[in-house]
This record gives sequence, C-alpha cells and structure tokens, in this order.
Amino acid sequence: MTVYNGRIWLMLENNELIDDIDTDMIYHNKYLAITDKSQMGQYTFDNLKGYEDFAKKAQPNDIVIVGENFGSGSSRQQAVDCFDDLGVICVMALSYGAIYKRNAINSGYPILTIKELDRSGLQSGDTLNIDTDSGTIEKDGLVIGRVQPLSTVQKDILAAGNVFEYAKGL
Amino acid sequence: MGQTMVEKIMQKHSDEDAEPGKIIWIDIDIRSARDFGGANVVKNMNTYYPGEKVHDRSKTYFTFDCNVPANTIAYANNQHICRKYAKGEEIKVYDVDAGIGSHVLIEEGLLLPGGTGVGTDSHLNILGSIGAFGQGMGDQDIAFVFKAGKTWFEVPETIRIDVDGQLPADCSARDLTLKTVGTLGTKTALGKAQEFFGPTIDSLDLSGRITLSSMATEMSAIIALLQPNEAVLQECSEARGSPVEGIAPDPDATYSANVTVDINGLKPQISRPGKPHDVVDVETVNDVPVDSVFIGSCTNGRYEDIKAAAMVVKGKKIKPGVFGSVVPATRKGYIRLMKDGILEILVDAGFLVSNPGCGGCASGQIGMTGEGQVQISTSNRNYTGKQGAGFTYLASPETAAASAIMGRIATAEEVV
Ligand code: SF4
Repeated sequence: MTVYNGRIWLMLENNELIDDIDTDMIYHNKYLAITDKSQMGQYTFDNLKGYEDFAKKAQPNDIVIVGENFGSGSSRQQAVDCFDDLGVICVMALSYGAIYKRNAINSGYPILTIKELDRSGLQSGDTLNIDTDSGTIEKDGLVIGRVQPLSTVQKDILAAGNVFEYAKGL
Repeated sequence: MGQTMVEKIMQKHSDEDAEPGKIIWIDIDIRSARDFGGANVVKNMNTYYPGEKVHDRSKTYFTFDCNVPANTIAYANNQHICRKYAKGEEIKVYDVDAGIGSHVLIEEGLLLPGGTGVGTDSHLNILGSIGAFGQGMGDQDIAFVFKAGKTWFEVPETIRIDVDGQLPADCSARDLTLKTVGTLGTKTALGKAQEFFGPTIDSLDLSGRITLSSMATEMSAIIALLQPNEAVLQECSEARGSPVEGIAPDPDATYSANVTVDINGLKPQISRPGKPHDVVDVETVNDVPVDSVFIGSCTNGRYEDIKAAAMVVKGKKIKPGVFGSVVPATRKGYIRLMKDGILEILVDAGFLVSNPGCGGCASGQIGMTGEGQVQISTSNRNYTGKQGAGFTYLASPETAAASAIMGRIATAEEVV
C-alpha cells in the first residue's frame, strides 16, 4: 500500500489550478549547468509568477497540486529532480506533458494524476492523505477526490528506485 | 471492443490490456541507436550496467546516418565510440555508407508490419508506413531498452483521418502529406496516433507511405500508422526473405476524433520557411527566386522520389547560379538509381549527387544555406537554423526539381 500524507500547495491563479506550467517555469534554463541534485531544489518555481519564493517556503513532505499539461516544454530532468531535492513527496496534476511524464516515471519520482478533486474548503497548508491503491484523496478522514491508480509500470519502477535499477532485476 | 492498429500492436507486445491512456510494458523487437545519440547510449550502458550485456544483440543495431562520413571530429569520435562498443558486444553496425537508419530497417526486412522498434531518431515513427510501431527516444530511454528489451508507453488515443478524393495527376504523396500537415497543424494530433483511410491511401506505394508517415512528427503525433496493402506486404516479404502478415484496425475500433482531409482539386503544395504547417499552394509563391535545392532525406529520398525529380529535369539544365543536390536515402537505393541511369540524368542537369544518408537535412553534410539564401528542400523540417541561416521551403521532389530549372519556385508543369 502506498500512501502519501503531507501538507499541500495549491498552485493557483485567479483561484484556478494553473495549467501549462512549462519546464522553464519549474526550473529555469539559466540553472541548467547544475548537475548536482542537491543544488536544484532552491530554484524550483522561481520563474513561476506568484511563487518565486516557493523553494524557501516548501518543507519536506509537502505535496504540490497543479493543473493540466504540467511540465510541457523541454526534456530537462532537473524539472523533476528539483522536487525530489526539496523533499516534496509527490506532485499531483490534472495531466502532464509527455516527456515530463517519461522523465518522472523513469527516475522513480511519484507523479499522480488527479481524476477529481473537490477544492471547496481546501487551501494551501491543509494536510491530505492520498492512497494510491484505493485512489482516494482524503482530508480529515473524508474522501474529497480521487487519483488515477498507479500503473504497473510506475509501481515497478518506484519499487526498484528508477528505471535503470529496474532493468538490473530483469 | 474493437482496437485501432496502435492498440493491436501494443497488445500483441504486452501482457497488459492496451487501453488508451493506460501505461503498459511493451516488448521491443528492434532497438537502435544512430550516430546522433549513440555515443551517449554507450556511455549510459557503461555507467548504469558496467560489464553487462545488452538484452539481445540480434535485435540491437547501430545505424549511422546523420553525419556520414563524419565531417566533424565530434561525430567521428562518437561513431568510433559506437563501433568499438558494437565490436565488443557483437552488435551489427550499419556504418556511414548504409543510409538513413529508419529506411535501412525497412529495406533489410528487420522490422515488419505489426512489429515494434525504438531508436535515437525523432523520425523513427516512419515505421508506421509499413504498419509497425516506431518511436524515437532520448539516450537514457534507449540505453534502458538495450538492456531490458522492453519499455513502457502510454497507449495513445487514435485519430481517424479520412482522405477524401483522388490525387490529381500533377500532385504526389508529398503534396497530400503537406496538405495534411497544413490541415491538422501542430495541435490536433498532439500525443495521438493517426490512422489514414480512403482510396488514395489504399493505393499509395511504400515510398508515398513513408513520405506521409515521416511527417507525423511535425504534426506532434506519436505515429501515423497505415494499413499495409498487398504491394507493401510483397515488398516487406521480399526484404525479409519470407512471407509476412499484414495488420488492420478492427472495423469497430474507437477513434478519439475524426478529421477529413479534402484533396479534391489539390494543387502542388509548399511549406513556407519556419513552420512545416504553414502550407500554401505552390502557385501563390512562384515568384520567389531560389538559390539552392535539396532532394533527399527520410521524407523523400527513396528511389521513386529521386526518379520523379529526374523525370522533371531530364534533358534540361539547372538555372545558372542555383545549387542543386541529390542524396539518396540508402545505399541500395543509390545503386538502383545508378544502374537505371537516373543519377546520370541528374548529374547531366547540373545536380551534385552525394553518398546516401541524411545529407542536406542534418549537420551541413552537403552544405548549408547562408544568410538570406532561399532553399527548397524535400526534407520534413524547415525550422529556423535547421538547414543553415537561410530560408527553407518544403516541397515535393517534382516541385524542387522544377524550381532548380526555373531558378524560382515552380511546379513541374511550368517546366517546358
Ligand atoms: S533525414 Fe533528417 S529528419 Fe530524417 S532521419 Fe535524417 S536528420 Fe532526421
């Protein structure tokens, strides 16, 4: 059973989850020369309007919630690794860019896809409990939404650590 | 429930149900790396799996085509890194003289209808032309497949594209392709598989099918899959040396959208510089002077394409001041063109004929355009800077050849 329990960030603009956050907004290309993962977290979202100070305020165990087409744009792995470095335990989006999805899954970083979410009464800082087996999103013991169950692929790779570790076991 | 072709292929290569939107493991029949990306695949293998073998060397290939033979030290080094690794691992290399990797896979009968192949080439989805699933990927993804023999895909939704009408006599598969790219743009097919239907599609020969499938990438599609007709199956069987089976979608397959491309009264088409989908009738731009012409690439570098260009220029001369080049896609095609006297016609007309490969499409192999230079190319991409500093229009071999003769953008009908 995989459960993610943490404090949420609702990434909003005009009270809507932000769509089309591209890889330059997540991790700007001016930091691409950085190869040490432990240096990446500090720049997360510093190019996303309204969230420039995200990295300073984020805490280990946080969960990031975003809209459609998250991670569109370039193929940079740093846009996945920066969340891992900050200790953000998972990202939940309505949908992802195709390459971002490949990168996240291959590197064993949990990305979850939201099927439904009742945002009334929900705000950043609340604590949610997400069970990827039952697919439920709970707040204070009440189900307020659902995520897509993890695919076998994603489970296999998460269990191994990353796609390269997974291949060693074959 | 009925399945589309991509669903059927993925189903056949997986233990899981191939439902659109679902991520499943898929066995990969052919794994390849080209000189672009290949050296990094080797590096990844050495980093992540030191001392370990590839999953199945008989299904693993290197194909050099981007920069052949190498004209930069970086490419020469990369090719040599691949060769040394391949030698140690006993992996077959289609070296700098073989031609464009995706074409070689088809021509050698390595990949068959219904099969799966991946490689470090963003146009490997050309394999859709024979009804196979092909996909280009990054060097980490490919290293993983070299080792695992399988990879994961999200099963894409499929769009049904009905091509309405017969291709007029003065138009070719390339005009149909450009019309389709212009109609769909870059958003309609984003992340989806395409299937094409209609009498014109049914009768397209393999080279025309390759042309159409090669531009799925420019429509942001995962792949354009075509149901093989008898002629295609025949060609694949001959390449393989044994009979091969076809593949077709189920009659009750589910499509996420239907699009119609109307080719009634179609006129020769051309993409204007910068955007492959900025497509207009050739006649609307036929006053533009042309400085250089390139005929070749994975889109239009087959025997039939180059022969079609030769028929336009036969007995004529390129306009003085215009540079024309021809690059057959593969060595086998080159030999046939040579034996049939086609290359002679082109050389007589003033074209430079170069050795097989990506040629004018990549890395300045047979020259690039300078600032302000206008080029007509039969390749698939005309993004700024892709083929030099000039302006590149994309058109059919016939239009490209005619433009070389006239010294301005022209259709074959205008050449007298
Ligand atoms: S001809 Fe151009 S598009 Fe085709 S494989 Fe070669 S470089 Fe890529």
